[in-house]
Amino acid sequence: MNIAFYVSAVLTLAGALASVLLKNKVHCALALTVAFTGLAFLFLNLNAQFAGFAEIMVYVGAVAILVVFAILLIKGSETPLHGAFSRSWPIGATIAAGIFALLGWAVIESASHLPKNTPTHAVTVDQIGQALVYRYVLPLEVVAILLTVALIGAVIIALHEDGRTQ
Amino acid sequence: MTPLTCYLLVAALLFAIGLAGALIRRNAILVLIGIELMLNAANLNLIAFWRYGPHPELLTGMIFAIFSIAVAAAEAAVGLALVIHIHRHTKTTYLDQINRMKG
Repeated sequence: MNIAFYVSAVLTLAGALASVLLKNKVHCALALTVAFTGLAFLFLNLNAQFAGFAEIMVYVGAVAILVVFAILLIKGSETPLHGAFSRSWPIGATIAAGIFALLGWAVIESASHLPKNTPTHAVTVDQIGQALVYRYVLPLEVVAILLTVALIGAVIIALHEDGRTQ
Repeated sequence: MTPLTCYLLVAALLFAIGLAGALIRRNAILVLIGIELMLNAANLNLIAFWRYGPHPELLTGMIFAIFSIAVAAAEAAVGLALVIHIHRHTKTTYLDQINRMKG
């Protein structure tokens, strides 16, 4: 493993931890962008350039901005009276730790059966485009319809209910 | 440890952190952030398996991850619109205070 992997893994995990644990919501959103950037570095490290830049464009560019917009549109972003965490947080943390223990055990146990191919060649955007419009053209159209429906649906849901206040 | 194992462990830890965020936060927006982290952990697994798998030239894991990113973007837009709508209705985004089905 190279140093780039460790740096980006630490960046991702530290950003994710901060976005889960920080009290201020805006700080959480900023930590989330750090986590997404680290994840994009991990993708680049895996030689998946297209996925890495898609991650930056979609998550850092769109999803994080959407989260910031939602936080700022909703008034009262100060930390609430009863704290930022639910009362049953020990149960939630235990469940998450248990899931991690299970997943980690499964990965370590099956390490000898995992494929050990060494990466051969870099994949060009050309090949991805060819695959998208030839082999995966139907899923591509379905995703296009899904995005259109989600966009219209999000606008309609977020609209005011009564026509007077628009 | 092989590189693939390292990536899988990082993805498992990221998934656990996202799950903890979805379970322990009170604010609906931060629960959505936890869900996004879990989705990204799955994406990391897909890309890592694609890279170290037997047939990287078929691009299956890569295409799967790209579609997953697109679906996650749609999910974030609709989820945040729902949170804004719920806030307009109940004047709160704290999930333990949203405890009735009637609008």
